[in-house]
Amino acid sequence: MEIKNAVAGTLESGDIMVQIAPGEGLQVELQSSVAAQFGRQIKAVITETLQGLGIDNASVKATDKGALDCTIRARVTAAAVRATGKDVWKD
Amino acid sequence: MMFVPGNNPGMMADAHIYGPDSIMLDLEDSVTMAEKDAARLLVYNALKSIDFGGTEMVVRINPLNTPYGKKDVEAVVKAGVDVIRMPKTETADEVRELEAEIVKVETELGCLGRTRIMAAIESALGIVNAYEIATASKRMMGIALGAEDYSANLKTQRTPGGAELLLARETIVVAARAAGIACFDTVYSNLDDMDTFRKEVELIKTLGFDGKSIINPRQIEVVNEVFAPSQKDIDKALRIIAAIKEAQAKGSGVIAVNGKMVDRPVVIRAERTVALAIASGILDKEEAL
Amino acid sequence: MRNSKVVTLEEAIVKSGLKDGMTISFHHHFRGGDKVVNLVVAKLAEMGFKDLHLAASSLSDVHAPLIDHIKAGVITKISTSGLRGELANEISHGLMKEPVVFRSHGGRGSAIASGELHIDVAFLGASSCDELGNASGCPRSENAKSICGSLGYALPDARYADHVVVLTDDLVAYPNVPKSISSCDVESVVVVDSVGDSSKISSGAIRDSKNPRDILLAKQAAKVIINSGYFKEGFSIQTGTGGASLAAVKYIRESMIEQGIHASFALGGITAHMVKLHEEGLIGRLIDVQSFDKVAAESIAHDQFHQEVSAVEYASADHVGSAVHALDIVILSALEVDVNFNVNVLVGSDGIIRGAIGGHPDTAEDSALSIIVCPLLRGRIPCVVPKVTTLITPGKGVDVVVTEYGIAVNPERPEIAERLKAAGLKVVDIHNLAAKARSIIGEPDALPFGDKVVGIVMDRHGKVLDEIHNIVD
Repeated sequence: MEIKNAVAGTLESGDIMVQIAPGEGLQVELQSSVAAQFGRQIKAVITETLQGLGIDNASVKATDKGALDCTIRARVTAAAVRATGKDVWKD
Repeated sequence: MMFVPGNNPGMMADAHIYGPDSIMLDLEDSVTMAEKDAARLLVYNALKSIDFGGTEMVVRINPLNTPYGKKDVEAVVKAGVDVIRMPKTETADEVRELEAEIVKVETELGCLGRTRIMAAIESALGIVNAYEIATASKRMMGIALGAEDYSANLKTQRTPGGAELLLARETIVVAARAAGIACFDTVYSNLDDMDTFRKEVELIKTLGFDGKSIINPRQIEVVNEVFAPSQKDIDKALRIIAAIKEAQAKGSGVIAVNGKMVDRPVVIRAERTVALAIASGILDKEEAL
Repeated sequence: MRNSKVVTLEEAIVKSGLKDGMTISFHHHFRGGDKVVNLVVAKLAEMGFKDLHLAASSLSDVHAPLIDHIKAGVITKISTSGLRGELANEISHGLMKEPVVFRSHGGRGSAIASGELHIDVAFLGASSCDELGNASGCPRSENAKSICGSLGYALPDARYADHVVVLTDDLVAYPNVPKSISSCDVESVVVVDSVGDSSKISSGAIRDSKNPRDILLAKQAAKVIINSGYFKEGFSIQTGTGGASLAAVKYIRESMIEQGIHASFALGGITAHMVKLHEEGLIGRLIDVQSFDKVAAESIAHDQFHQEVSAVEYASADHVGSAVHALDIVILSALEVDVNFNVNVLVGSDGIIRGAIGGHPDTAEDSALSIIVCPLLRGRIPCVVPKVTTLITPGKGVDVVVTEYGIAVNPERPEIAERLKAAGLKVVDIHNLAAKARSIIGEPDALPFGDKVVGIVMDRHGKVLDEIHNIVD
């Protein structure tokens, strides 16, 4: 699937900003104030969400401000939709 | 009913701790065009994942004649929203169009009839058609006034006394009562002027509204205080309801309290008093039952 | 003037007889604006001192320059109530060979008084001082630059240190009375350009939190107090500085007026809110170990019923006469509370030191009713947890925990739980709060602690309460 650079989310408290760019395999770079306790989980949610959308090759940069999993899913999906032009509701 | 911007995850996750009766996640005016897609996904995921503690969940969608409206319906119905609030409603046909969209998604999901509709009336035409709108669908649970657009449409502006809104407010209450559904007043956006806010809440309570839309948790307490029935009224209402139960247990159709027959309107008022007391947090639900 | 004690900093240090390996002390009344610690330690480094023990009443972000002095071996041991910022971060990662010793304010006062913490030379900043060493935190001239009000945390140092140096940026004519530190306790006076950045010493006017969560927590805390059984004529109260506990005072005030109830005294860190209630006649006396804002600092300068106390008089466990023993109600904050009501106010959820013990364990243990106000979650960080990262205040002293998801009452205090329930408050089991937090944020991974001990927490009776380990990135 072709991927363009795209971003979704904000840097407000409780949110996460997700930037997607073309890449080989799934690479996730995470910046988070809760990385020690939740970094593994956050990366897992990002990876699972992308794979669920059929994206296996992308470079992801995420800046987390304490987002819950449902917010991470929403922001990753929004970034992916913008990066691929693929509308999740039609699939 | 507390308004929460649909693109602010921090506020969404927190909203229910302040104890509003319902939470309205907004996809319309508080979300910029460029963020409509992201907000929709956020609201969808929030509705599916967050435990809002049993609070009634409402989503204000974009109008159906925009590129976003139908996608909003699909997303929030799939996420299991309780109520869709349709903005800028002017005719009964628009309600039926929304209903058709909801039916489409619900049929696909196999949950026909789950989603209810609230119509926001925000124009002179909408006020003229208020009763038709209120009765346009069995899914209609309430109508609400959107005063900013309405006063602009009237070519006037909002004033602290609210004289410009009087006809609209009365029309909405009358239409809702005639249709047997609920009615909600508009927001008051100056957070620093709690006195005017309280006066407005007192006014709309007198007019007969069921509730007030709010934009900040700080306004909840005032609404609850104004709408809260007095302890005397609650005690009386509880006695009446106990008498109904007693009569039902005996199989008697006649209800009497202190030797006096109780009319149907009195029973209805008693039930409403108890419901308000619970909603205002004065009366415990279990205590009432 | 005859017998003037005014000398340069270097002369004062030489005169003090300070030697390598000795203990120097500082107070933290200039908070984030403090310039004394950095100034003095830089001079000590320049003079070639090594292996010094720095015993401060607290340290904060502004003390990051100490990192270099630790690396150079000038400072090899630290005792303090708290650490913040880059210094705290480095120490958490294992900067020092010896662990930092953390004590509460009352615990430090007791340790100094008993000799357990012996101070060789105290370097004490003062807002005004005369040539003989009568020093105060209040302004005494038109030139006053750095005003802090009470000097309560410096008073044990002034009284028990072998040698006392006062640093001031406003040398005033003798006699500088009323005084906090007596000329009889002072050996040298050093005049410096500035002891503190006044904009960072204290905030100006009262700023009420508009954060709706703080307001919700404050209202709940006020309801707890009003219905606790301790809210009656002549009660006494202390509040922390968190937005919620400050706001709680506002709601308690309304009920005091309504019910005609007066407090006998307010204790601890005094804020503008407390001064307002005092001036309205709702609080009889203010007992002030630390003036938190300009209003409080002005009040203590002019009001005879706004009294400065030392850390010992405030919160010592060893002194039966200390004020905490007479305290009815305290509202405190927390980084974490666990299901056994233990509280952590020192180490963040990332394992890095980011706070101060303050008077937390002192007031919690000795007050009749201690209330912890904290949100269930700060972003994704849980505040009600199965077990605190670091134990600071043991649960036996903690009575009520107020969160936005309900109020938990220590099972040891069933009578309070009954009173709160009777008032219609939502009383919940603290285990349910911890479970609720987990259900929202998920199960956090264990923190990557290493084997090195970087901090030791002393309880207020002088026993080791807990150890803090280094964090590994």
